[in-house]
Amino acid sequence: MTVHDMKHAASDSARLEAVGGRLSRVDGPAKITGAAHYAVEQQLEGLTHAVLVGATIAAGKVSGIDTRAAETAPGVLAVLTPDTIMPLNGASDWFGNPSPQPTFLPLVREVTFSGQHVAAVVAETFEQAVAAAALVKVWYDEMPAIVDLSDGKAGDGIPIDAMTKEWGDAQAAFAAAPVRICAAYNTPREFQAAMEPHGLIARWEGDELTVWEPSQWLDGMARTYAEWFSVPFENVRLVSPYIGGGFGSKALALAHSAVAAAAARMLGRPVKLVLNRPQNFTSYGGRAATRQTVAIGADRDGKIQSIVHRGVNETAVDGMWVEPLGSVTSIMYATPNFSSKQNVVRVNTVVPGAKRAPGENPSAFGIECAIDELAHELGIDPLEMRLINYAEQDPHAKKAWSTRQLREAFAAGAEAFGWAKRSPQPRAMRDGHQLIGWGVAAGTYPVRRAHGEAVVRIMADGSVVVESSSIDMGQGTYTILAQTAAETLGVPVERVSVKLGDSHFARAGVTGGSRLAGVMTGAVYKAAGQALDELIGLALSDTRSPFQKLQANTLQVRDGRIASPRGEGPEITIAELMSAVGRDHIEAKGDTLPASTTPEERYKNYTTIAMSIPHTEGEYSRHSWCAHFVEVRVDEDFGTVRVSRVVSALDSGRLYNPKLAESQWKGGIIMGIGQALLEEGVVDRRHGRIVNGNFADYMLPTNADIPDIQTISVGIPDPHSSALGGKGVGELAIVGIAPAIANAVFHATGKRVRDLPITLEKLI
Amino acid sequence: MRDFSYLRADSVEAARNAAALPGAMLLAGGTTLIDLAKCGVAEPSTVIDISHIEGLAAIDVTADRAAIGALAKMSHVADNAEIKSYFPAVSEALWQAASAQLRNMATIGGNLMQRTRCPYFRDPQNFPACNKRAPGSGCSAIGGVTRGHAVLGVSEACIATYPGDLAVALIAFDAEVDLGERKLKVEDFFLAPGATAEQEHDIRPGEVITAIEIPGSAAARRSTYIKVRDRQSYEFAAASAAVGLELEGDGRTVRDIRVALGGVATKPWRARAVEDALKGKALDEETVRKASELAMAGAVDHGANHYKIALAPRVIARAILKLGETA
Ligand SMILES: Cc1cc2nc3c(=O)[nH]c(=O)nc-3n(C[C@H](O)[C@H](O)[C@H](O)COP(=O)(O)OP(=O)(O)OC[C@H]3O[C@@H](n4cnc5c(N)ncnc54)[C@H](O)[C@@H]3O)c2cc1C
Ligand code: SF4
Repeated sequence: MTVHDMKHAASDSARLEAVGGRLSRVDGPAKITGAAHYAVEQQLEGLTHAVLVGATIAAGKVSGIDTRAAETAPGVLAVLTPDTIMPLNGASDWFGNPSPQPTFLPLVREVTFSGQHVAAVVAETFEQAVAAAALVKVWYDEMPAIVDLSDGKAGDGIPIDAMTKEWGDAQAAFAAAPVRICAAYNTPREFQAAMEPHGLIARWEGDELTVWEPSQWLDGMARTYAEWFSVPFENVRLVSPYIGGGFGSKALALAHSAVAAAAARMLGRPVKLVLNRPQNFTSYGGRAATRQTVAIGADRDGKIQSIVHRGVNETAVDGMWVEPLGSVTSIMYATPNFSSKQNVVRVNTVVPGAKRAPGENPSAFGIECAIDELAHELGIDPLEMRLINYAEQDPHAKKAWSTRQLREAFAAGAEAFGWAKRSPQPRAMRDGHQLIGWGVAAGTYPVRRAHGEAVVRIMADGSVVVESSSIDMGQGTYTILAQTAAETLGVPVERVSVKLGDSHFARAGVTGGSRLAGVMTGAVYKAAGQALDELIGLALSDTRSPFQKLQANTLQVRDGRIASPRGEGPEITIAELMSAVGRDHIEAKGDTLPASTTPEERYKNYTTIAMSIPHTEGEYSRHSWCAHFVEVRVDEDFGTVRVSRVVSALDSGRLYNPKLAESQWKGGIIMGIGQALLEEGVVDRRHGRIVNGNFADYMLPTNADIPDIQTISVGIPDPHSSALGGKGVGELAIVGIAPAIANAVFHATGKRVRDLPITLEKLI
Repeated sequence: MRDFSYLRADSVEAARNAAALPGAMLLAGGTTLIDLAKCGVAEPSTVIDISHIEGLAAIDVTADRAAIGALAKMSHVADNAEIKSYFPAVSEALWQAASAQLRNMATIGGNLMQRTRCPYFRDPQNFPACNKRAPGSGCSAIGGVTRGHAVLGVSEACIATYPGDLAVALIAFDAEVDLGERKLKVEDFFLAPGATAEQEHDIRPGEVITAIEIPGSAAARRSTYIKVRDRQSYEFAAASAAVGLELEGDGRTVRDIRVALGGVATKPWRARAVEDALKGKALDEETVRKASELAMAGAVDHGANHYKIALAPRVIARAILKLGETA
């Protein structure tokens, strides 16, 4: 029995609460009034506090630890060292590959980076733990450290064959090309710098562990805890109702998480551990520093003949991180010959991690600056250059794009920006001491897809509850899932309450790679559809229902009221029907997995990323696209760069909520401005330590650094990318901003800065 | 952070007595002290809260003189209408300092006493060597990350930059700091490191800043503060200049000029050589730029801070020319 038709409703985007409406964040009031309690704000009986002691060397061995003074300090319950902390089992990685080591010690004897945790103090109060941690004395046998990519000892690194992408004969075609450019582009170590620090509260009750911890992936982290402590997955409950920013950093249970959970187990009391701000720069990894060389050979009319790309990113001595540097290089422009290869170099750092658009972001910095250099070399407008080499299909996968509104983005952005008035010569525009420059760059991000699950419950009073163990870190999950359920069920959005951030809810995979909105709207759409089927089925067939006599084959629900489509017969509220048929709720669990999926596959689907669906699966290659147009003003005496205008046109497919999508885009653009001009983890080369690990010295843009930003949506629904036609939003806009700014700085000054950030001394 | 006792002083007298105790430190707005206590640099045994002392927050300004109480908030002074008309450089230095939140908390007395932002100074756990913190222990900055360090007034013991903005404007206009028993020129109140990097101010145990006084002048009335930094707001100066200018009746010739520098020296730095070179001269761009270079006599860089030697004279020149244009 088909009882409802979503199609007309789905396009009804004029309504605020419908999918596509500009509903404001439903979690906004709770956050503004302080009613929203973040993970580590839980008040627990008997709570204790743990503080970590970090290594002050970057490489070597702990030769001795004296804990006596700390142990006798007031309030101290335990001082944990590698010798006294309970050993854990090695946990599998996020692909589900088992750990190479059978045991895992979250406090180390062998130090491979400065700040690595060597001891921890647990005390009755936070202040006591801080004071006692300062009394722990540690001795080291120090060894020479490899500080960063430019360290003489670093070498060429390890080739990552899986990153190699080649077609045609790139070297020969480059050598034969009439016009060639080749340059090196570097990005420094950057940090996610979320406002909310990492931290957790861990509590054991018997063999059951509850962890309150900001998390981008409850089920994945619960799996890790379960494996560390050899307890069943079901015994671990992760709670993460709100997250104060993650940007990729909060998807995994980390060494400090293990320390807190182990301490709680050992002491039999709940333990709270929050990384202080400097530890948020050393206890987990930010974006790896990268180096790329991009060589492009072209005809005189600007047609690219060959791209040769080589990339390197840093990784840790004891961990592997690959930042895929050829990801944009290999798809942005049509070229008959292409070669991209990548190495990783081990240095003494904490293992780098995901930061908004890992891979695509630095990759775009290389290719989008290089294409600008080529355009300048040829005397071709950089926007025209991009159109000349427009890729009509995925040049690497050789598949059709599912949708690619990049041409439309270039056109709409150029029009709104006034690009046609740009004079080609650098240093052609000025206002007093300020040199003005205009730059353009494109960006892209793949549509990462996965399967999701959700519970939708229609309550006796006609309200609706949506439950999912997915999360909202500010990107709007609460809001768009409420919109999806409200529209699918035909109830006002205020009657929908969305519950997220508890691993005991319906399962969800990682919130990363801009996939969550597409996955979860699909799951809620399905679950809500099932609940609606059941509701209408009851209304039509239950003998106590006033519709039973109607002999209709369908009913419709609008504004929470049920009626026949032609208006004959009664019209009653959902609550009235529920009461008439004597039900206190209707519940449906919907997921987007194939029916044949086994329980093991389900577990794997939610607790690893091994079952993500490739963006080039089947006939299409699926990506979001954008074009950024930027104006900068550079003080010719001081070298200071200010971004004075940004116009970005973006293709994220159909927008579930344009207001939230615009916020995500603007957030990405702002982060990109920081990356271009300010952000850099500065390492003391003698000590291998970040010296600016705090918010006064690690520069993030302030409001004063951000101009008005105009975003233009050029997307169209993409049925190949998600159930409701959306593509990724969250990471797209940070891709391409830094090169657009670097290109604008060149246009303003005639100076090419290929090392980020573009600080003033590079321009004076 | 370790345990300390807390005393609330209700008079300057009481504050002075308590401040003479060993290990005692005054607490005003707390934006420097609490920060430094958290990173383990300040370890007071007694904290004397002076923020409740009455009568220390007055701002009294005429064309001839400004008297600013030690507890006046940075934001109040920056917004004061008379300060803006008679001492614009003072207002501009203040509103370009720190952030709105900090300026609402921080006091003028505390501002003069703020400590360097040298990252090694602020991380005793990882960098035990620091002559400013532990005299004789060495200097971790030399040979390390020096992008923000000073090029003027440095010694082998310490190259830390004096980070503040207000004091730069104060020394340009010959302001005095009132310590109750004594009054000192602000310029003399700050000490270059020499062999004693730990001594930053001429202030003795038991002394409390009660006020600062700035004599009015035509140069102070036509003054400005230019601060250059990568981030538009909420960052210390890469280089800054406080300049005051008085022209002859012809509107071109310099009668009086005051030039002071921030962000490039170990203390707020008066550039008298620039002043002397321009007094009696007609202002034109070339003359001003050449004279501004004189501020860098004796500058010593440590690699990454080399750019400051080029930058600072440009900041001075910009400020002078800007004031000249408004003639
Ligand atoms: C992130 C950050 C950015 C900043 N940026 C800038 C900037 O750009 N420019 C700038 O100029 N400043 C900047 N500051 C510094 C800020 O201006 C100072 O922290 C503030 O002015 C100190 O005032 P306070 O009242 O809070 O001092 P407190 O922290 O209370 O005291 C500071 C010191 O002064 C002593 N003291 C206080 N009052 C007296 C008194 N009356 N007599 C004698 N001693 C006293 C205290 O004992 C203490 O040692 C910044 C600070 C921070 C934290
Ligand atoms: S420059 Fe001065 S403050 Fe910095 S480490 Fe050296 S001695 Fe200490």
